This record gives sequence, C-alpha cells and structure tokens, in this order.
Amino acid sequence: MEDKIIELIGVSREFDTTLAVDNIDLYIQKGEFVTLLGPSGCGKTTTLRMIAGFEVPTSGKILLNGKDITKIPPYERPINTVFQRYALFPHMNVFDNVAYGLKLKKITAVYEDANGNRIEKKEKLSRNEIAEKVSRVLKLVDLEEFEKRDVNTLSGGQQQRVAIARAIVNEPEILLLDEPLGALDLKMRKDMQLELKEMHKKLGITFIYVTHDQEEALTMSDTIVVMKDGTIQQIGTPTSIYNEPKNAFVADFIGESNIFSGTMVDKFKVKFINHTFDCVDDFPLNEKVDVVVRPEDVVIVKAGTGAVDGTITSTIFKGVHYEMVFTVGKTEIVIQDTVEHKVGENVGIKIDPESIHIMAKEFVSNVYDGYITKKNTVCFADGEFECDVTQLYPNSHLDDEGYLITEKGEKIDLTDVDVTVEVGLKDIEIIDNDEDGDACGSIVSIIYKGDHYQIIIRTDEEEEDFVVDTEYTWNENDRVSVKIPKDKIVMKLKQPEGAR
Amino acid sequence: MKLAFSRKHLCIPYAVFLVLFVIAPILIMLYYAFTDSQGTFTLANFGKIFTDVPTISAILTSLAVALLTTFLCLLIGYPVAYILARTGMKSSSTLLLLFITPMWINFVLRINAFKEFFAMINLLDKSAFFNTVIGMVYDFLPFMILPLYTTLIKMDKNVIEASQDLGANKFTTFVQVILPLSMPGIISGITMVFMPTMTNYVVSDILGRMQITILGKLIENYFMQNNWNMGAAISMFLLAIMFLFTFFTGGFKNEDNTRGGGLW
Repeated sequence: MEDKIIELIGVSREFDTTLAVDNIDLYIQKGEFVTLLGPSGCGKTTTLRMIAGFEVPTSGKILLNGKDITKIPPYERPINTVFQRYALFPHMNVFDNVAYGLKLKKITAVYEDANGNRIEKKEKLSRNEIAEKVSRVLKLVDLEEFEKRDVNTLSGGQQQRVAIARAIVNEPEILLLDEPLGALDLKMRKDMQLELKEMHKKLGITFIYVTHDQEEALTMSDTIVVMKDGTIQQIGTPTSIYNEPKNAFVADFIGESNIFSGTMVDKFKVKFINHTFDCVDDFPLNEKVDVVVRPEDVVIVKAGTGAVDGTITSTIFKGVHYEMVFTVGKTEIVIQDTVEHKVGENVGIKIDPESIHIMAKEFVSNVYDGYITKKNTVCFADGEFECDVTQLYPNSHLDDEGYLITEKGEKIDLTDVDVTVEVGLKDIEIIDNDEDGDACGSIVSIIYKGDHYQIIIRTDEEEEDFVVDTEYTWNENDRVSVKIPKDKIVMKLKQPEGAR
Repeated sequence: MKLAFSRKHLCIPYAVFLVLFVIAPILIMLYYAFTDSQGTFTLANFGKIFTDVPTISAILTSLAVALLTTFLCLLIGYPVAYILARTGMKSSSTLLLLFITPMWINFVLRINAFKEFFAMINLLDKSAFFNTVIGMVYDFLPFMILPLYTTLIKMDKNVIEASQDLGANKFTTFVQVILPLSMPGIISGITMVFMPTMTNYVVSDILGRMQITILGKLIENYFMQNNWNMGAAISMFLLAIMFLFTFFTGGFKNEDNTRGGGLW
C-alpha cells in the first residue's frame, strides 16, 4: 500500500542474551494514531527506540516511506520523540528548548539567478522564521507567555507541553511518544490525553504512542498494537481489541475480564462453569477453548431464573458501579452492575450469547513455572520431578558434588533457580494411584478427540492442570498421579524481570 | 539552672575548633598583614605585593604554572572522564580506581619518585618551569577527573538522546548539550586544580630544583626570614583571589549539588 509511512519487517533486538523484540512485523499508515500497548518489559519501548534510531535492530529492516532507515542515525530521521521524563535541556529557557531543532534545520531554498537558472541552496532558518514558528507552537500548547521562562521552574504538566512543542515544531513525519503522561497526576493525564488527540487531528502527523495504560490506549488510538514478551499479540482498533480479543492475554490486559476454560459441546454451544451457554462463535466440536466474559456483560438475576446460581462473596463500590464477586463452586466471576447485591445473597447470572467471546486454546504443551531444588530435581505443579539440568546451559555437565559446570568451566549452584518447564501432551504417564507418581490430583475433564482422549488432571493444592493425550479411558473425578520421563521435561531459565 | 541537652550542643566541639583553628588564625594573619614590624597600622605590605619585582615575578610564575596545569589537566581529564562515564565500559570502575589510586600515596614520595624518573630520562636539568608543570599535572589530574566523572555519569541520557533526536549530530550534541551541562564539573575541577597549584611549592622545589619560585614558596621564604607581615599579606591576597573565584563561579550557592556532584 502507498500510504504506509513506516514498516518494520522481521525486526528483532537482542540485549546480551535477552530478546527484547522478537521478529515483529508491523506497518503504520500515514496520519494514524497508533499505540504500542503492553506490560513493562514487553518490548514496546525498544520498538519505539528502534524507530527513533536510538537502537539498531539485531536483525530485520525498518522502512520509512519505503526507504530503508534501519541504520540511519536519529539526527537524520524526520522523526521526533517526546520522552518519558521530558528530557528538556535544563540549561536553556523554554524558547531555546523549542527552537533547538529549528536552529539546526537546513532547508533547501530555490533561487533563480540572473540567467534564469535554478539554484538550490541549503540554508538555515532565519531568526524571525524560528521565532515565529516557536511562538506559533507555544500557542498551540498554551504556553505563549512562557518563552523566557527557565524550564526548571515549570510544573510537570508545563514541562510536558514544552517537550511536545519541542518535538512538533520540527514538523516531523512521525511523532513518537514514550509514555509521555506517566509522570502526571490522574486529572492532568486525562486532560492531556484529550489535548494530544486534538493535536493529532490538527497536525495530521503520524503519532506512535507507547503506554502500559490500557485505558489511555483505548481513549486515544486509531490502532492499538498489543505486545507481550517482544511479540505482537494483536493489532486492531480499540473496539475490535476490546470486543474481540484474540487470546486470553489480550482479553486480560485490555479491560477487566473473566476468563474460563471451556469446551465446545455443540454447534454454537460452549460449556463452562458447568453450564452450557449459547454463543455466536463457531469452533470444532469438543475443542478446548478460552471463554472471555467482560464483568459488565454478566447480568445478575433472581436465583433460579438464570443460567447458573451462586453466591455474592464480595461487593465493592467503585463510583459508577458496584464490583461484585459471584462464586459458584470454586469459580469466581467478577461482575459490574449499578445495582448493589449484598454479600451472601443467592443470585443467578445470565450471559448474553453476544457477550461470550471464545478463543482457541493453544494446548500445544503444558507450561509451568518451576524451580530447581537442591537435589537437581525440578519442582512444579505440586510435584517434584527428576530432570536433566544440564539442558539449561549448552555443553555443560554435572560434577561429583552435583554442581553444574558450564562450557567455560564455571561452577553454578542451581538451587532455587526459576525455570519455565514445558512438557508435551503425550509425554505424561497417568498412574492409577496416589503414591507412585511424582504429583497427584484428580481428573477434571475428559474429552474424546476422535482417536484419543484429552484428559485434564488438576492438582490438589496449586490447582495446576496436566493436559494429557492418551489412548486409555479414565473416569472423571478419578484420583491419579502422574509420572514424566526425565528426558521429556524441557526447561528454560527464566529471564530476569524487567530485562528489555 | 538545669542543664538540658539539646541537639544544638552537638556542634559545640566543632564551633570551638572553628574559632581556634580557622577564625583566630585568620584574625592573627589580618593583624600581621595590616601592620609593620613595629605593630603600627600600614597598607605598605599590600603595596609591596604590586611593586616588589620578585613578588610580581612569583605571582606571574604561579599564574603561568597554575593556568597551564589546569588547562592540561582539563585537556587530559575531560576525555578520560567522558570515556569512563559515557561508554558503559564494563571495566570503567577499575579504570577509575587506577586514576584515583595515586591520590592515596603520599605525594612527597610520588614527586620524589617522579624526580628520579626525570633524572633517569635526562629531563631534570632541562626546564624548571615545564618540569614543575608536568609534576603538577601528574599530581592534580585525579582532582580534575573525579568531579568531571561524577557530573558526566549523572547526566540524563535522555537529554543527550533528545538532542540527537532533534537533529544534532554527535559533535553538535557535545558542544550544545554535554559541554554546558558538565560546566559544574569543569568549574569544580578547575577550582580543585588551579588553587593548589598556585601554592604547592613541594613540586616546584623538587622538580624545579629550587630554581622556580611560586607564591607558596614566597610565603614560606618570608616566614622563614621572620617577616610575618609580608607573608601574611600575600596569604591574604591569595585568600581574596580564591574567594573571588569561588564567588564568581557560583560556589556559594548552596541550592543544588552542582559542585562536582556533591563529591567535594
């Protein structure tokens, strides 16, 4: 398409060993207000910094108007940034801060000489031109009286405006905003959100905005890019992202939601919280799915008249609505309603088919958070399993005392090291008693998948699920234990929190 | 009357120290500076500073040594501090330590070692002036690097990125942003180097083989000759210079930690 202003193709960025951005593809259209949204450490800021030119991708390409700018330094890109902590020049006043970019700018002026030949000349903007542009932009951000003020004497909100003015005065093709409202108080933030939106409309510049605040993203953006662990989870308009989240992460991150494990029991019928609901999404029969229901979409009715009956176990007044927790069995459902229901009240709930969002569950394998014990076994899902710890470091081996020796000969004590454990569905063996396996629980679900059963075993304490594909039949509620062969436990070291 | 302890009383020892060893000596010096050997009031001592040829020559030599030393320290120290602070080198703290360690060795010892080294490479007899300057640079370089390093390491990276973002290349960014923002460190470093080099006559005596007289040496000479009045007058003159320098570089402002990042 012609109006793609910036395009990221297979872009990755590695820091030491951490993959901050993992092979993302993304294009942004001219004039759009795009928000990169995600929890901290999801790679959104790194992505922005690569667009700005402060980071060079480890691999992949960045195109601006179809031209490769991957390796062009920031000062040669027609892109300006509003930094998180403003980053104003403390030794300059408001005017000089805003004029900084203009003073450096060279424009091509075209002259005609006496013979009528066109002469192109690079020249700097004149003092008057600069002054005029600065005062125009300061007016736009409501700071026209502040030209001579020392930036250190300004309030946070005013500094923010100066930072925005300093960036937009250069008329960049793209304006990058890195959580620019993060340091402002709530009221000011709300005002600035609207002002920025207004400014975007007026200026027609493409805005790329980074935030972890989903509400901010929903309020301001034309398009939201939801990121997690360096990958893009979903791209869409605020409405589509809110109403049709692609997976459980997006649903959970955008707004509040109740997420259930469900099963498709018939065409347009899904079973969760022990009840079959009508729905509008079509999935293959017996498929395990994630069911997302927004708190405001659950309707409370008189006990016995709804789909499921249960008890209200908590009620909190939230200003506009009450936030109540409805408990049925072990499941808790968060409900928002303007009518208060008292704790202990027995009520029923109803959910409109349109409000039930179903997404495919990716049961490719079982993934757990675990840690290594003293004996070089791994603990996860209420059990302790024998494992091969040498897989955590390439070409390592264990010494006589059980310490891990890496390729370089370093000795590592793995006790209490956090790992991500992955076990394939077919690699788990089910044993018919409590004792002989390494972890035990009861079977909570059996689904016939045509040629095999998919069984879910839920452990007693942590309520972790083992999803097992097996040819043998079992009964629901059977007490069983599981065993996993040593070589089938795949472990990965957990990346430290906050690594970007 | 009851003796009540309050936190104010904690500063009594320091107040006593201040009166005995700071205020009293200054008053005594002032007395000597403004009197002659008979104890009558006179301004002649100060008049002599600006008329006596050996004194003027000592002042000029001191200024020349101090200016050149400070300039060289800045020239060598800034890049070192910049590299240590800004390149994110893994070994930067070790390197910094290497630059600082000489400060922990007795400096008379260091200068004597330096003298032997100079003698070894046949430089000792060449120029008393340049030997002194080189010795001073060697001695005072850490005092320049440290405040610069602290200022540079504390500088907001975003501000530098903002400059590049707005179209300034690396050189422009350095001139327009990094250099102005490191001024507190530069001033602090200059103060730390310029002032002592005016008077540190151990270096000039040993490396200049007594052939060069700087202000500190002159003061010593007067006191050795029992001319306390002249010695005190020159000391007061130096004190005034330092006071003015500190005043004009904003050293008396206590609002922020600009002075070498609170290091000194």
